[in-house]
Amino acid sequence: MLSGRVCKLLGPALARHNHTVTLFPGDGIGPQISSSVKEIFSAADAPIEWEEHEVYPILEKDGKTRIPQPAIDSIFKNKIGLKGPMRTAIGKGHVSLNLTIRRTFGLYANVRPAKSVPGVTTPYSENGVDCVIVRENTEGEYSGIEHTVVPGVVQSVKLITRDASRNVAEYAFKYARDNNRANVVALHKANIMKMSDGMFLEQCRLVSEKYPDIKFRDMYLDSACMKIVKDPGQFDVMVMPNLYGDIFSDLTAGLIGGLGLAPSGNMGRDGLALYEAVHGTADDLVEKNKGNPTALLMSGLMMLRHLDLKAEADKIERPYST
Amino acid sequence: MLRTLVRPALSTVSKSASTISGFKSGTKYGGKTTVTLIPGDGVGPEIAESVTTLFKEMSVPVEFETIDLTKYTLNDEGAFNNAITSLKRNGVGLKGVLNRSGDFRTHNVEFRGDLDTYANVVRCMSFEGVKTHHSGIDLIAIRENTEGEYSCLEHESVSGVVECLKVITREKSMRIAKFAFDYALEHNRKKVTCIHKANIMKLSDGLFKSCCAETAKLYPSIDYDEQIVDNTCQQLVINPQQFDVMVMPNLVRNRCIQPWSWLVGGAGLVPSKSFGDDIAVFEPGARHTWMEMKGMYVANPVAMVLSSAFMLKHLMLNEAGDNLITAVKQVLNKRTCQTRDLGGNATTREMTRAIISELHELHARERTEQANLSNY
Repeated sequence: MLSGRVCKLLGPALARHNHTVTLFPGDGIGPQISSSVKEIFSAADAPIEWEEHEVYPILEKDGKTRIPQPAIDSIFKNKIGLKGPMRTAIGKGHVSLNLTIRRTFGLYANVRPAKSVPGVTTPYSENGVDCVIVRENTEGEYSGIEHTVVPGVVQSVKLITRDASRNVAEYAFKYARDNNRANVVALHKANIMKMSDGMFLEQCRLVSEKYPDIKFRDMYLDSACMKIVKDPGQFDVMVMPNLYGDIFSDLTAGLIGGLGLAPSGNMGRDGLALYEAVHGTADDLVEKNKGNPTALLMSGLMMLRHLDLKAEADKIERPYST
Repeated sequence: MLRTLVRPALSTVSKSASTISGFKSGTKYGGKTTVTLIPGDGVGPEIAESVTTLFKEMSVPVEFETIDLTKYTLNDEGAFNNAITSLKRNGVGLKGVLNRSGDFRTHNVEFRGDLDTYANVVRCMSFEGVKTHHSGIDLIAIRENTEGEYSCLEHESVSGVVECLKVITREKSMRIAKFAFDYALEHNRKKVTCIHKANIMKLSDGLFKSCCAETAKLYPSIDYDEQIVDNTCQQLVINPQQFDVMVMPNLVRNRCIQPWSWLVGGAGLVPSKSFGDDIAVFEPGARHTWMEMKGMYVANPVAMVLSSAFMLKHLMLNEAGDNLITAVKQVLNKRTCQTRDLGGNATTREMTRAIISELHELHARERTEQANLSNY
């Protein structure tokens, strides 16, 4: 069973009433798989009312990218949302839509559980994968700060701040405690990037002191990559900066069968949570109607558990988890 | 008898790095080549001992100039410079692993910078006798070794905010791209894949990617494609057999290469080599000193032995190099002698003796074949 508590819900939803959830179907196979998820939820009598909004990039005069205001207002009102895959056109001058959404809603922690799915055999099924990655979602290598120093020489800035590192560490430990997880491992390359990753690691250590019931250790990223491929069962909750989290979570998705089976949740300011399928838009599958809705569905189940609708989530999960 | 190395016809404009032009220091057949040997820390001296034992047994015309560089002597600038000078003089080095400690720039990184060994090549190949989740892997990872995230330019702009600069230049990106394609040609490889994160780091990795694409046009016989690094990590655990030669910037390689070593059985089985224009350094692919096991002789020497075999081939001692590789594969396939990482309890020295035994058998078989031919 997927553990689902991403954060404490502070939104206006109440038990026994329909919860209003913002839905961004997205691009490519997004609308098709969103429609599947709505159908399944309806068949399971899940008390969810969907408020759908289209999301597309709007390039402002100051060079910043934003998304349509109705979409923004809906998320801030409902405090909870489900998002399909979104395409970012290359060369149009605006930043990634996914990045824009993260910045707009202050989604600072990305949670990516990776759990072996019964019926999906991979070379790692015997090991039984059940780990969770908590990735810092706002800075690091994804600050988007790049410039050409002179022609032929480009600099890209990786930004690490004390506050963001502490926030994601706090979240990782709280998640571990709320979901009965025993260990948290911080992944880093502080031997090479002594100041930036060093600061991240220091914040993780400081936060770990407030959670004596959770075992904490740190590991070099390359050692972790080796060990997870050799024996993924030894990993529990892992916390790491942005780029490492992006890549490592795709690695763990590969262990369980691919991005088509990987759910994800994002924690924002003031208890806001946005769940999403992290795979791409798979434009080549749209006409064939062959997009796999599992990742979006599993993200939806994480969302249901977050809303304390555990029974409905179990009902939906049972047919494909046995 | 030395086997003649036949080089494929090259469509390149000019040669790059010492792999294509071959060993330049001009040791004649019958003479001895001097190679710098840096055993390093942890289990380094033990696996280096395997190599010196094997070379003695095989009577290869190589003399080692051993430099004692460990974490205790690293901070001694004299010792460090001595190692650099020796490597520059000899042009070829065999290196264990140096412990990750020290100051602002770690010494593995400084090595590369001073020597300008800009291309690091790791070979990951499956062995029949080593059981892992996957089989049939034979991929080559080529990484740019001198810039990118390991430029080591960090500063704290205000308290609590640290910036780390990643620098990518056109010059170095073109250089590594050319190296990758030349390498693919020389080793009869069919495809080069550029691994990058240009969807997010549009300017830096974008520059790297465009340099690779530009270079690809000069090599029409080699297939070329591109892949985003997070997808690559996923593909490596789902279907690693799809990869042939991969080229990538500096930190990206570390995302991918370490899981690769366990795809084929572990850090003890993966050799690597680093090339500059006039220098080649051979060392285990996964830089793991295993300090806690120092002196116990439990480390798997295969990665170091394979690296030394590739060094022999680089020195045009192809027969010796090939025989060593064959002997190692035989030992692994037979599974009678396995070190701890492979599930057994053989020591480093026992593994070395097993390889020597295989070499004797190979030699005996060759003599029998030659005798049969002359009788005929």
